[in-house]
Amino acid sequence: MNNLSLTLLLAGVLATAAPLIIAALGETLTEKAGVINLSLDGSLLLSAMVGFMAAYESGSFTLGFAAAAVTGAVIAALVGIFGIYLGQLQVAVGFALTLMCKDLAYFLGNPYARLQGPQLLSLELPWLSDIPLLGPVLFRQPLVVYLSLLLIALVWWYLYRTGRGLELRAVGENPEAAYTRGIDPRRKQLLYTLVGGALVGAAGAAFSLGIKPGWGRPQGIEGIGWIALAIVIFGGWHPVKVALGALLFAFLQVIGISLQGVWPSIPAQVFQVAPFPMMILALLLLNLAQRETFRHALQRRPGLALLVRRLQGAPPRALGQNFKPDR
Amino acid sequence: MQIELQQIQKSFGRVDVLKGVDLKVEAGTIHGLVGENGAGKSTLMKILTGYLSRSGGSILIDGQEANYNDPAAAAKLGIGMLYQEPQDFPPLTVLDNFIVGRDNHPDNRREWQQRRLDELSDQVRFQLRGDDLLERLTVGERQQLEFLRLLGRDAKLLILDEPTTGISDRQKERLFAALQQIRDQGRTILLVSHKLEEIAALCSRVTVLRHGMVTGEECAPFHIPRLLELMFDKAPVNSVQNRPQATGKALLTFENISANGERTGLNACSCTIHRGEIVGLAGLSGSGQGLFLRLAAALKRPLEGQIRFHGTTLNGRDHRTVKRLGGCFLPANRLEEGLIAGFTLVDHFTLAMSCSESTARVAASAAIKKFNIRGTPDTLVESLSGGNQQRLLLALIPEDANLVLLENPTRGLDLASAEWVWSYLRSQYSSRGTVVFSSAELEEMLEVADRILVFFDGRVVRDLPIGQVVYRDVAAAMTGY
Repeated sequence: MNNLSLTLLLAGVLATAAPLIIAALGETLTEKAGVINLSLDGSLLLSAMVGFMAAYESGSFTLGFAAAAVTGAVIAALVGIFGIYLGQLQVAVGFALTLMCKDLAYFLGNPYARLQGPQLLSLELPWLSDIPLLGPVLFRQPLVVYLSLLLIALVWWYLYRTGRGLELRAVGENPEAAYTRGIDPRRKQLLYTLVGGALVGAAGAAFSLGIKPGWGRPQGIEGIGWIALAIVIFGGWHPVKVALGALLFAFLQVIGISLQGVWPSIPAQVFQVAPFPMMILALLLLNLAQRETFRHALQRRPGLALLVRRLQGAPPRALGQNFKPDR
Repeated sequence: MQIELQQIQKSFGRVDVLKGVDLKVEAGTIHGLVGENGAGKSTLMKILTGYLSRSGGSILIDGQEANYNDPAAAAKLGIGMLYQEPQDFPPLTVLDNFIVGRDNHPDNRREWQQRRLDELSDQVRFQLRGDDLLERLTVGERQQLEFLRLLGRDAKLLILDEPTTGISDRQKERLFAALQQIRDQGRTILLVSHKLEEIAALCSRVTVLRHGMVTGEECAPFHIPRLLELMFDKAPVNSVQNRPQATGKALLTFENISANGERTGLNACSCTIHRGEIVGLAGLSGSGQGLFLRLAAALKRPLEGQIRFHGTTLNGRDHRTVKRLGGCFLPANRLEEGLIAGFTLVDHFTLAMSCSESTARVAASAAIKKFNIRGTPDTLVESLSGGNQQRLLLALIPEDANLVLLENPTRGLDLASAEWVWSYLRSQYSSRGTVVFSSAELEEMLEVADRILVFFDGRVVRDLPIGQVVYRDVAAAMTGY
């Protein structure tokens, strides 16, 4: 493969991954606080539609992203209120919302289908974009791509380097213990459900205003929400690993398209579907490694053992459980 | 800090757990609170820390009425509690656990907190490393950390709920030394325990709770028999001392069994249970009895030792083997472990007998008559009362069972239901089977058992045929004497 197509490939990976990274990091924040927002697939679509509509009508990207983020947050608020405060099953609420938001997006978005709308252009960073190979990959991208990369560092820093981030993790591990220490777990959980939802909403707009511009039915991002949920598990609820998971998935998608040209005899569907079983395989391998027999086998390969240990992660212990204080 | 509780009441649903408790704790003392399981000690303490709301009564701090309804407010007033179950975050580091819940310190936060942790550890001579993961620590070390955290928050009243369960003797010594040290600094300590030796060693006053009421208050030096008298109900007349001694063959043997679980685990337990015996496992809850039953049922695996049932070694076998040989286990959590919520009686019989629905329906109807269950074959098990759930569990025991393991079989049952359960078990198994049961009610055990094993801290400390049982001795053994 020559330099040019490698550059294109890697640049494509970063761009494809950007909305996925944003959505998966949003869900990571929510789940780290112990709440599952399962509505991702629907809320991505609905916020993509709302983002496109708002930007189309106002001509402002900022308004488009803001409207999408608010949409995501409102959907998340429903999960928060019904789950955290009214004690309903978070998974059930989220699932119902997924289906509802999807239909709502198609219904409300009908007048905007296949319209030529605003689209984020690549933003070339001066100097930096002239670096050979790296420049075109990293620094000739739409703004959301830069933001998505920045977000990885930001979420990591917030979770692991700030007091509030520590409280967030504490609530997700053991809300009762957090309560005995004077923290209101439900307020924290609602807050991070909203923040996570807003990020998912922004990811929706990143699709409809940048990566897969426009609105239509199908939009072409159906199923991505489920992938984002799987990537959070894949990344072991750690923001950096979650982002790596998103990049890996995007890589598999993009390389699939390239390989189609290399081996035209293989049906195109194989390449389209390949990333999904690959994700399942990766999840399986990581989980197998937790078994006694596999751990034993790994002990003889310290390098591999270290890699597996680094990749593994445990879910927040109170994930999906509703806490109710005695008042 | 002087604390006064006045007429504290608490009910969960229709059950009154606390029926107007008065308690006064003088500043700068270690005050003991003792009582049987279920006496209401933990509930009272959780009310004092604001974790639970109270149904009635008032709390006075240094003579001033204090109104708060969550732990945050209680902490501001200087009340801190070491809960019986560690309230911490195992996947986080020691330092993170120390920090969570503290107000942010302006600069160099982590460094400052680390220094604070080190200072406090030095003061009371604990050894904790800030960057260790909490889940690698023992229960005792986790408790030490929590203790330091409370000191760091300047808790003026420290409540410790059963702080010595599951910790080593050395850790216990350290803790006691630290408690005396901080008492001398003027802090007030409320020590909840059912281990009287600990109370006697540390406290200057002790309040006894029984069935949600204060039955007495004593000053040091304590007269232990007097405390036992206040803690437990009056010893019943042993009307059944002339029961025949079982002389059957060995049915179940434990050889030097050690296992993990239930906080205390089980240590080097050896005993033999014979055909035709009714064996009671006495002890305060979580002293190893539940673990004993689960090991016998092969639901848990021992770390060391051998269990034999009908001569078959259970090592490496699972519950199916025990069932095939005629063993049967009825857990205390009837609805969580014993029955399947959302299933009807017929469903349960279908599963238990692996038969067709029509056969199961006949069996269910027969059982409803025979066991006097208030319900129909199509009743969902969760809508049965506790007593009827227990009757159903008994009805589900296979006909040919010869070893019945029961965990707190009469828990939550009214007197009539409990009596019915025992008369059924006795009539069914006294001739041909063996019954092993745990119970929190010592009186019940003395009435029905042929033999009693007393558990304390994961060890069997007494093994007596009923004829040799002295009520006071068993009660004392349960509390570590």
